[in-house]
Amino acid sequence: MLELQGVSKIIAGKPHIHPTNLAFQKGTMNVLLGPTSAGKTSLMRLMAGLDRPSTGKVFWNGEDVTGRRVQDRRIAMVYQQFINYPSMSVYDNIASPLRLAGRGRSDIDKRVRDTAAMLQLTPLLDRMPLELSGGQQQRCALARALVKDAGLVLLDEPLANLDYKLREELRDEIPRIFRESGAIFVYATTEPEEALLLGGNTACLWEGRVTQFGPVTEVYRHPIDTTTARVFSDPPMNFSACRKAGDVLTFDIGAKIATSGNLSAIRDGDYVAGFRANHLRFEKPNGPALELKCQLVASEITGSETFLHVRQGTSRWVALVHGIHNLSDGTDVSLWLGQAHFHLFDTQGQLAVQAAYAAAA
Amino acid sequence: MTTIDPTFAKATSPRRSRDNTKLHKAMSRGMLILYILFLLVPIYWLVNMSFKTNTEILSGVSLLPQDFTWHNYGVIFSDSTWYMGYVNSLIYVLLNTLISVTVALPAAYAFSRYSFMGDKHLFFWLLTNRMAPAAVFALPFFQLYSSVGLFDTHIAVALAHCLFNIPLAVWILEGFMRGVPKEVDETAYIDGHSFGGFFLKIFMPLIASGIGVAAFFCFMFSWVDLLISRTLTSVNVKTIGVAMTRTSSATGLDYGVLAAAGVLTIIPGALVIWFVRNYIAKGFALGRV
Repeated sequence: MLELQGVSKIIAGKPHIHPTNLAFQKGTMNVLLGPTSAGKTSLMRLMAGLDRPSTGKVFWNGEDVTGRRVQDRRIAMVYQQFINYPSMSVYDNIASPLRLAGRGRSDIDKRVRDTAAMLQLTPLLDRMPLELSGGQQQRCALARALVKDAGLVLLDEPLANLDYKLREELRDEIPRIFRESGAIFVYATTEPEEALLLGGNTACLWEGRVTQFGPVTEVYRHPIDTTTARVFSDPPMNFSACRKAGDVLTFDIGAKIATSGNLSAIRDGDYVAGFRANHLRFEKPNGPALELKCQLVASEITGSETFLHVRQGTSRWVALVHGIHNLSDGTDVSLWLGQAHFHLFDTQGQLAVQAAYAAAA
Repeated sequence: MTTIDPTFAKATSPRRSRDNTKLHKAMSRGMLILYILFLLVPIYWLVNMSFKTNTEILSGVSLLPQDFTWHNYGVIFSDSTWYMGYVNSLIYVLLNTLISVTVALPAAYAFSRYSFMGDKHLFFWLLTNRMAPAAVFALPFFQLYSSVGLFDTHIAVALAHCLFNIPLAVWILEGFMRGVPKEVDETAYIDGHSFGGFFLKIFMPLIASGIGVAAFFCFMFSWVDLLISRTLTSVNVKTIGVAMTRTSSATGLDYGVLAAAGVLTIIPGALVIWFVRNYIAKGFALGRV
């Protein structure tokens, strides 16, 4: 079990990581999700022991390992760049950590070949890393990280520099590899979709803070604040100011909806409604719904779906609708949002009411 | 601007343009040959002289030796003052190259990997050592080495040359090391390499061409310097510089032998260049030289 207690990192007076508490259980997949420079890599380096935390302590299986050298920790790390030892063959690259651990020759050979087979590197074992394609280089780096039975495997955006096809392939393989290894996996990514596909737990990061940590579906369905909702949504979550008075919730753009269920339980006052792009529809859904009249700014057609970028006053939203819709920019469109499909956040950004669809799931 | 002028298009018919490129190639090749010949004139003259007798050298201009002789080379290979000059020079040059590269490796690593107070100033200060002419240091070196009893030893010259070569080597190596991502170091530590193991087994092979280039520059500088080596040696360690000045003053001006000595001095440098020629091209591109 890996535990961070009040770990922070301050570089040149600027806090890169705010005091953070996190605990990763044995044999779990943990995704660090956040945009670029949210502190994913900094946090991983603290976990690995490559950097010393400015405050706080790191525990491994209950033992304080804060100042321990990386050589003495049972960790493995894969970087976004394809990092291998260019002067050694792929075989020697993979064998390198085992040789240092002082294992027997036949044991090393067996493990290297098993790991290479798992990552489809067998025909490439005699080649040099720089002769390989990007995906093969990254698989070599992955093999070196996985071969040594590390207790903690840190993957820092390992698929970011790969092409689409290979990314899909490796993304399918990583959960399988993870299940077989029994180690703690920590996986950093900027893509919400990747976090959902990998499963396990997700920690949302924003400007050096962990905003929420929990099982991935829970974080996705039950974002505790607007920051988490924004980070864990692609395209970003849409927001609209609204006001509750009595039994009516009035959106700033003019639409009104009668409150029911847990919506009626909250106090009167100002709120922010948050809804995902895929919950906006052209057709009026069953049950109570809001009609949002807005103007089309731009539309992107991606095969069978259409992204609509729309504007209403100062608000800008994105809708993802099924089918191909050829609409010229500037057209007035009216989109429907079901009552069950928006979260309400208070003016501080904390979740006030979870959307009904998510609470039911 | 972008419309094609029909007359121009006709003028550059395929046939014509092929002739043009041929002519162009021939011209640039010709220029290159002329340039190289021009550069080779002094070397040619030196080689020419080394095969002439002194009388012929002094009697007038001749493009080829009229009275061809190996005598000058014979003198050098039979007289221990001469040939030991080469041996002694080689000893201190190799010693210096070894010291310079060994010392510069960790220094360059520190400059490329860590930021510490005044690192940029220190880096620049290292380079300023190369801005003063070597002659400036001749007197202080002479006095210093005499007083500590290092005068007239190989190590004296090797150490003195370090003043100029270490900064150069640090500078070259730092450029190469910067090209290796820091993540390689970290991956090695994570895999369990100690710093020493990582440096020797993983890092040094990565910057092998940089080490080659740095060693080459150290060798060349140390080899061509006559002034400091002559100042710091006299009897026990006769360097080639000492031998050359001594002989020319003792027997009048023995031009032929001196020219032969000059030819033999060029050879080691040429050999070293031949061996590192592939690295040099790579080195000039990768490092920041």
